[in-house]
Amino acid sequence: MKSVKQTVRIGAAQGFYGDTIEPAVATAKYGEVDYLGFDCLAELTMAILLKDKQKDGNLGHTRDITTSMKALLPYVKEKGIKLLTNAGGLNPVGAQQEVIRLAKELGMSDLKVAVVTGDNIIDQIDSMISQGLALDHMETGESIDPVKDRLLFANAYLGSMPIVEALRQGADVVVTGRTTDPAQFLAPLIYEFGWTEDDWNRLASGIFMGHLLECSAQSTGGNFSGDWRQVERMEEIGYPIAEVSESGDFIVTKVKERGGLVTVDTVKEQMLYEIHDPSAYVTPDVVVDLTKVQLEAVGTNEVKVTGVSGKPRPDTLKVVMGYENGYMGQVIVGFSWPDALEKARKTDEIIRKQMASRGLQYDEIHTDFMGYNSLHGPLAEEPKEELNEVYLRMAVRAKTKRDALKLNRLFPPLSLDGPPSMGGYFGNIPPRQLLGMWASLIPRDIVEKNVKVSVNEVGNSCQGSN
Amino acid sequence: MPRIQLREVAQARCGDKGNKVNIGLFAPDEEYYEIFKEKVTSEKVKSHFEGLVNGEVIRYELPNIHAFNFVCMDALDGGGSASIRVDNLGKCFSSNLLRFEIEVPDALMEKRNHHEVNPSGL
Repeated sequence: MKSVKQTVRIGAAQGFYGDTIEPAVATAKYGEVDYLGFDCLAELTMAILLKDKQKDGNLGHTRDITTSMKALLPYVKEKGIKLLTNAGGLNPVGAQQEVIRLAKELGMSDLKVAVVTGDNIIDQIDSMISQGLALDHMETGESIDPVKDRLLFANAYLGSMPIVEALRQGADVVVTGRTTDPAQFLAPLIYEFGWTEDDWNRLASGIFMGHLLECSAQSTGGNFSGDWRQVERMEEIGYPIAEVSESGDFIVTKVKERGGLVTVDTVKEQMLYEIHDPSAYVTPDVVVDLTKVQLEAVGTNEVKVTGVSGKPRPDTLKVVMGYENGYMGQVIVGFSWPDALEKARKTDEIIRKQMASRGLQYDEIHTDFMGYNSLHGPLAEEPKEELNEVYLRMAVRAKTKRDALKLNRLFPPLSLDGPPSMGGYFGNIPPRQLLGMWASLIPRDIVEKNVKVSVNEVGNSCQGSN
Repeated sequence: MPRIQLREVAQARCGDKGNKVNIGLFAPDEEYYEIFKEKVTSEKVKSHFEGLVNGEVIRYELPNIHAFNFVCMDALDGGGSASIRVDNLGKCFSSNLLRFEIEVPDALMEKRNHHEVNPSGL
């Protein structure tokens, strides 16, 4: 029997697909961590991975698993750090195979690499619907009928338990598909401390810890809206580490070898990130209540978190489905002083008139003046002084790629026919496929009965189990 | 009473989920928290975001950290992968909220100056 640790130290490795791996390497070197958790899957990421998989059936997992695992696998053997990642995306088995390939390349043996499958339910949607499962949109209540024939992917959000199972089977690396963002962080605590499945307050604490770590530097000074100028060495910012005690209370910190800032002010900003009702943050493992949480600075770059409470987990799991929803065409052109904004506005008017006269019909036409209102939209204040330059950006929502491209063709003649001093013409931006997202709740047992954990050992023959 | 923008005293961070955006708004202390509670209502935030947020705005209170969470429905032109906006993920909603103006009693302006002197939280 393994001994129970007093505290468990977990580091954040990646906050999204494409995140740098250098801070995680520093955490592995200097952070005395037992685990590194990744969150690679934003909602948008599934759409990106789908496009990859459509081009090449072997893809569909994050491509940077190769570089991140190459950088971190040596520390699995050297320091016994376990790596937990949902980099599998739409192809977790492919991701597991990639980790195994890399381990062999690095000459490693006796490494156990687990994969969790069963979150991907795209092939079961039709039969679920025909068996009478509604799959109505969880927020709007709309019927799925209008989009069900355009579905491209459908994944249920799994919680921590399959990852815990993989750890119990001795896994050093656990690769999953669509697990929740904080699942990779709660799982080691359940495994190490033996927390039970209904220990709601402790589970809630573990989820909240994961929530604070899952977006990497967003709790160590990245994206900080306070005095961001104070954040030290942003060019080599450190990622958060949590030291968790058996009670569930924990301290957020980072390695001193890297920059960043861990204060009550940086941590509290991450506390509400992507949260709806703070008294009921719903996850498959527990419903988390943040309304009694206390944050306290206990040292330089150390914030203690207490007071997280939990309520029983839901009987349903959230499923997010993506469906084809047309194409976006866009063009960006610049205008210089004098009258930059006026010229850009005139050009917008010209393009819209030409669209009308040519019978071009779009579901939406959107105009921005970059340098003035492209990020804040209608709330941006009209510039008090004349702008030195401004970029007109026009975007259209079209039913087909062909129609989206027709926007681009309107612009080249304007370099000779339109208002003066148009420079900086980004006219060749290819149309982008738009994906709608459909979120539903389904009974969890329908999904969970198909969830599988398989462990493969590098250098030995395969073994699999549920 | 002096009129200030939230940017002068508050922190804010936003996140997206589907077609929703949430904005965490953080007051520097309890007195400001009470002022925000009275002045930064869900109705006013909804009208502040006219043209960007089409659905309702729900406000949740977190007195434990002197914060509010504003959940804006139908706020992202369909959501990150469906939107044709430049800021398709709504990353700038929090800075946009910091434009919001409130009136602050003179006495509290003193405290504000104090915060600027010692803003570290440690």
